Amino acid sequence: MTTTTPTAVTPASVPLSERLRAPMGFALGAVLLFGVAPLVLSDFRLSLLAKYLCYAIVAVGVSLAWGRGGLMVLGQGVFFGLGGYAMAMHLKLADAAANGEKLPDFMQLYGTGDALPWWWKPFADPAFALAMTVLLPMAVAALLGFLVFRRRVKGAYFAILSQALAAALSIWLIGQQATTGGTNGLTDIQGFFGYSLDDPVNQRTVYFIIAAVLLLLMAGARQLFVSRYGELLIAVRDSEERVRFLGYDPANVKIVAYVIAAGMAGLAGALFVPAVGIISPALIGIVPSIGFVIGAAVGGRASLVGAVLGAIAVAWAQSTLSDAFPAAWTYLQGLLFVVAVGFLPGGLASLGALSRRRTRNRTTGETA
Amino acid sequence: MTVILNQSFTGISIGAVLLLIALGLTLTFGQMGVINMAHGEFIMAGAYTTYVLQKSISSAGVSLLVALPVAFVVAGAMGALLEWLLIRRLYTRPLDTLLVTWGVSLMLQQLARDIFGAPNVQTHAPDLLTGNISPGGGITLANSRLFILGLALLCVLALTLILRLTPLGRRIRAVVQNRDLAEVSGIATGQVDRMTFFIGSGLAGVAGVGLTLVGPIGPTMGTNYIVDAFLVVVVGGIGQLKGSVITAFALGVLQSVLEYSTTVSVAKVIVLVAIVAFLQWRPQGLYTLRTRSLA
Repeated sequence: MTTTTPTAVTPASVPLSERLRAPMGFALGAVLLFGVAPLVLSDFRLSLLAKYLCYAIVAVGVSLAWGRGGLMVLGQGVFFGLGGYAMAMHLKLADAAANGEKLPDFMQLYGTGDALPWWWKPFADPAFALAMTVLLPMAVAALLGFLVFRRRVKGAYFAILSQALAAALSIWLIGQQATTGGTNGLTDIQGFFGYSLDDPVNQRTVYFIIAAVLLLLMAGARQLFVSRYGELLIAVRDSEERVRFLGYDPANVKIVAYVIAAGMAGLAGALFVPAVGIISPALIGIVPSIGFVIGAAVGGRASLVGAVLGAIAVAWAQSTLSDAFPAAWTYLQGLLFVVAVGFLPGGLASLGALSRRRTRNRTTGETA
Repeated sequence: MTVILNQSFTGISIGAVLLLIALGLTLTFGQMGVINMAHGEFIMAGAYTTYVLQKSISSAGVSLLVALPVAFVVAGAMGALLEWLLIRRLYTRPLDTLLVTWGVSLMLQQLARDIFGAPNVQTHAPDLLTGNISPGGGITLANSRLFILGLALLCVLALTLILRLTPLGRRIRAVVQNRDLAEVSGIATGQVDRMTFFIGSGLAGVAGVGLTLVGPIGPTMGTNYIVDAFLVVVVGGIGQLKGSVITAFALGVLQSVLEYSTTVSVAKVIVLVAIVAFLQWRPQGLYTLRTRSLA
C-alpha cells in the first residue's frame, strides 16, 4: 500500500499548458473515437472496438477504486454481469413480445411451464430495466461495502471476498438454467429498444453511444479525482489511520468509491449486451473478473487514461492473439502481469514520468 | 439418521480436502501477508507428479506412497523458487502479490497443458483405497475419502510439531508475530520466508496427491479449489492453524448439508453469505493474533 503516485491537483499556479492538458486530451479522445475510428474501421472492427470500449468503461471504475482508493476490486465481473443480465433480460422479453410470444426462446426450450418467473416480470418495463442496470450493481456494492468496510475487514480479505462473490454469482447463474439460460447465458439478442441489431447502421449507433458514455464517465471521474473527495480517497489509500484520526470515516470514503465503480461496471455490462449480443456466466466469473483488473494494471491503475488505454490494448491483444496463438498468448498474458504489476506498479503510464525524471536528474547532475 | 451421518461424512471429507489445501496457504499468507494464487498450481504439480510416477512404478499403492514425499519436494521447490524470484520483491506490497502470482498461475497452467495435454488425465487408485467400509447401520465410508482425512490430519500434526518443537518453527512463529522484532533479534527473515514457502507449497503438493483419488487431474484443477481454500484461511484467521482446521470442517459440513437440502449452486451462495455474516461478528477471523496494530 505504499504505491505513491503524483496526485492530479491543479492549483492556479500550475502553468496554462498543464491546465489545458486534460481538456485537450478529452478533445483528442473525442476526435479519435467519433471521427477517426468510424472512418478507418470496417463495421466488423468497429463493433469489436465497441466491445473493448465496454471493458474500458469498467477500467474507469477500477482506476477509481483500485488506483486511487487502493481497493483491490477483483469481483467487477459481478457488477458487469448484473448490468448485463438486467439489460439482456429486458431485450429478451422485448424480442419475445415482438415475435408475439410470452416467453423468451430458451425458456420455451427448457419447457419450464408457461409462466414467466416473478423476478423477470418487472424487466419488461424498459425504464425499470435501464435503471436496474446501474442501480442493482450499486445496491449490491453498497451492501457488501457496508458490511466489509464498516467492520474494517482488511484489504486482502476484501479482495478474496469480492472474488468469491464473482464465483458464487456465476455458479448460481449456471445452476438456475431454467430461468437464467445456464452456461449459455442469454444469447441471440436481436433488438435494441425497437431497433434491429442486425442492421449495421444501428450497430454503429450502439458504438457511438458506448463511446459517448466512456468519454462522459472519464470526464466525470477526472472531476472526482481533482475534487476534495479524490484527495480524501488517496489519503485513505496511503494512510487510513491518519485519515481516521483527522475525523473522517474511511469506511464511507471506500464505500462511495466501490459503489461508483460498481455502477460503471454495471453500465458497461448493459452496453456490452447490444454490442456483442450475449451475456453469459463465462463473462463474469473469477477469470474475467481478474481480466477487468489486468488492463488497468498494465496501462497504469492510478492514471485514468493509462487504465482505459490498457484495458483496450489488452482486450485487443487478447482477441487478436488468442485466436492465432492460444498457447503463446497465455504465456504472454501471465508474463505481462508479472512484469507490469511486479516491476512497474504504475503501469505503462508511469514509463513517461520515469524517463522524464531520469533525464531531469541527468541534466541537474543528481542521482536517481 | 443414516442420511445425516452419511451426509456429515461427505462434509467432513470435503473439509479434509479444503484443510489440506488451506494448510499451506495459511502458512504463506500468515508469514508475509502474501496471497499466493499459484498455490492451486502447486496442487496441480503434486497431482501430475503422482500421474508421472504411476507410469514408471507399476504398483499403484507403492507409487502413491512414493508420490507423497516427491510431490512435497517438487511443489515445495516450485514455491521456494517463486518466493525467491518474485514474492520477496513484493514484500512491501502484499496485495499486488495476488495479481503477480495469478500471472504465474496462468503460465503454469499453460505449461501443464503443453506437457500433458489439455484433457484431464487419470490415475489408478490402489485396490485398498477403491472400496467402501460399512460399519453397519447403512453407513458407507469411501476408503479414498478416509485416506484423505487421515492425510489431512497427519499433515496438521506434522505441521504443528514443526511449528512447536523445531528451531525453524520457532523462527517462523517469531516472524509471523512480529517481523521487525524477529529481524533485530538476529533471525534471517528472508531465509525463514523461503523455508515457509517451501513447506507451505510442499503441503499443496501433498494435497494434490490426495486429490488424484477423488477427482480428475487437469491444468485447471487448482482454480477449482483456490477460492474456497482462501475463504477457509480468511474465516479461520490468517496464520492460525487451529482456525483453519475448525473452519475447513465447518464449511465442509455446511456445504454438504446445504447441498443436500438445496442445490450445489444455491449452497455456494449461502455459504458465502454465511461467511460475510461471520466476518461481521469476527472481522479478523475465528482466531487472531493479538497485536498492537490499529487495523
